[in-house]
Amino acid sequence: MVDLPMEPSGPKPRVRLSRANIMLYGILLLVSLYYLLPLYVMVVTSLKGMPEIRMGHLFSPPMEVTFEPWVKAWSEACTGINCDGLSRGFWNSVRILIPSVLVSIGVASVSGYALTNWRFKGSETFFTILIFGAFIPYQVMIYPIVILLREAGDLVTPIAQSANPALELLGLEPFGKVRIMGSLSGLVFVHTIFGMPILTLLFRNYFASLPDELFKAARVDGAGFWGIYFRIMVPMSLPIFVVAIILQVTGIWNDFLFGVIYTKPEIYPMTVQLNNIVNSVQGVKEYNVNMAATLLTGLVPLIIYFASGKLFVRGIAAGAVKG
Amino acid sequence: MTSVSIRNLDLNFGAINVLKNLNLEIEQGEFLVLLGASGCGKSTLLNCIAGLLDISAGQIHISGRNVTWAEPSERGIGMVFQSYALYPQMTVEGNLSFGLKNQKMARAEIQERVARAAKILQIEPLLKRKPAALSGGQRQRVAIGRALVRDVDVFLFDEPLSNLDAKLRTDLRVELKRLHQQLGNTMIYVTHDQVEAMTLADRIAIMKDGIVQQLDSPEEIYLKPCNKYVADFIGSPAMNLFKGEIVTGDTPGFVANGINTGLAGYGFERPVTGGAAWMGIRPEHILLGQACEGATVQTEALVDIVEPMGSDTLLWVHSAGQQMRVRTEGQSKIKSGDRIKLGFNAAQAHLFDATSEMRL
Ligand SMILES: Nc1ncnc2c1ncn2[C@@H]1O[C@H](COP(=O)(O)OP(=O)(O)O)[C@@H](O)[C@H]1O
Ligand SMILES: [Mg+2]
Repeated sequence: MVDLPMEPSGPKPRVRLSRANIMLYGILLLVSLYYLLPLYVMVVTSLKGMPEIRMGHLFSPPMEVTFEPWVKAWSEACTGINCDGLSRGFWNSVRILIPSVLVSIGVASVSGYALTNWRFKGSETFFTILIFGAFIPYQVMIYPIVILLREAGDLVTPIAQSANPALELLGLEPFGKVRIMGSLSGLVFVHTIFGMPILTLLFRNYFASLPDELFKAARVDGAGFWGIYFRIMVPMSLPIFVVAIILQVTGIWNDFLFGVIYTKPEIYPMTVQLNNIVNSVQGVKEYNVNMAATLLTGLVPLIIYFASGKLFVRGIAAGAVKG
Repeated sequence: MTSVSIRNLDLNFGAINVLKNLNLEIEQGEFLVLLGASGCGKSTLLNCIAGLLDISAGQIHISGRNVTWAEPSERGIGMVFQSYALYPQMTVEGNLSFGLKNQKMARAEIQERVARAAKILQIEPLLKRKPAALSGGQRQRVAIGRALVRDVDVFLFDEPLSNLDAKLRTDLRVELKRLHQQLGNTMIYVTHDQVEAMTLADRIAIMKDGIVQQLDSPEEIYLKPCNKYVADFIGSPAMNLFKGEIVTGDTPGFVANGINTGLAGYGFERPVTGGAAWMGIRPEHILLGQACEGATVQTEALVDIVEPMGSDTLLWVHSAGQQMRVRTEGQSKIKSGDRIKLGFNAAQAHLFDATSEMRL
């Protein structure tokens, strides 16, 4: 049979290995290698014993797989004063993370909603100032916030102490001097403040993209400020909440600076403890333990990202919400 | 009895004056249509009545109560929006009952009302569905149902049919009219579509730049437009307008392009004075061929374009340098390039002052 020149009909045949495709996949492969290689080295090293590491074959897989470094990083490594590994820092970070994420997202979403749907006199100015805040390098604000937290503690002390007789009557411990600086609540406050500009912008733009008539319909139906927020806006905004959660979880979990400044050693977050392990100057450098500790610390944002990556992309690309 | 009364209403957006000293009295059970070009302030007026916009001056009374400062939900109104504005995460049933739940109504009564509204609008099989699973027409029915369940005195519609395709629009228009006859509520209906306005309204308020130009029955607006804007706006295709001059004498006449139209048959609204003026004649009032024997004006014209539309035919003709639109019967034999005889009677013409543009 002779291959007749085909008349175009049906789907246009695609060339699999065109020049453009080879270029595209080649670049993608290179970029993935660039990012995956360090990860590979970390995983491999964390599974080797120290003698094997000293042999210096950085890229070779472990001859003898050992989980010893992981156990040590989690529960035995010394971080400054105490030697109970990263586990303490992990739970500290969890205790910082959960309230910080909830409070910052709660505050920012309500502000974004109010700024979009309940315009008040000066709301545009307020928003401009808030956005301006996103461009101020936060190092500038570190010391003023230290003072703010200290003074706020002094301010709250007499109010809290006025409740002491009642507490004593109940057999509970009375308040002494209230310290917000150096406390968990202080750090939650700081994370909320620094999350405000970007999160409010995020929520405001999202809510502004929802049809105005929905809001009007809900008002005619007799729903109030909170009724509309909880029953209409929030259920329609799942994607943007996911985006905000991912931003905040990664941001707050990875935070080092605020953790080290605004808390004290007992409640240092995991990142600070990781630093203390990796940068300790005593003894030999245990590369396998360091790698395991670093991987452990990075695990939470990684898991969050993999679990909700699809929703994240959808939220970022949102705007066209069809009824 | 007056149902909605708007008194000296002003609304400004910053420095822009959108509604200017607007007065409107709407009777109980009346179907009032607000008609006007896009951007003339119809939606703004409706939002003011609903309480969704804070007005700048004036008063709004609904069912004899001054509701100028009342919340939207306290005004006894239900509103239907162009984009339907259904709550996407709730089922149809949830959408219908949302307003009632906010009133803390007993569950049994809510169910009863939802069932009744669903029956009237024939959406019973859809109650468990989400809005995304409904067609445009079904969504709009649900939106109407949301106003219906609340048992309000006044329904407000903001271009409810303009997102639907032509056939559905006609169907739902008839249904709306039936619904109005069945319920007898006051309805205020915003549209820019004159067919909707003419077919639905008891009275039409034609708006321009935030001012009501004419408030009358559809018939009156068609037959006696009060100014040139209304005359031009109502009617499709639009009225033919000629600029000319009124001459007074034994019998007054209108002179344009050298043709004198005797105005003996014209019903003047006010004493005749001479001067520049516009004369208007609707395309359907121009007579062709034999029919124009005895008409006040008769002339010849050249046909430029023929637009057959089945039920009737539109001719675009010109005569003495003047473009004209003529409507004639559906199966017309006239072709482009033909010379035709045409004319009209002064009794069916409209005259407007050239400066004030008011009807003469
Ligand atoms: N929120 C607003 N801010 C400023 N101007 C507005 C606002 N809403 C409407 N306008 C202006 O008011 C005029 C009337 O608008 P609208 O009532 O929506 O017209 P339509 O008759 O098409 O419904 C338009 O010129 C519009 O630009
Ligand atoms: Mg409008």
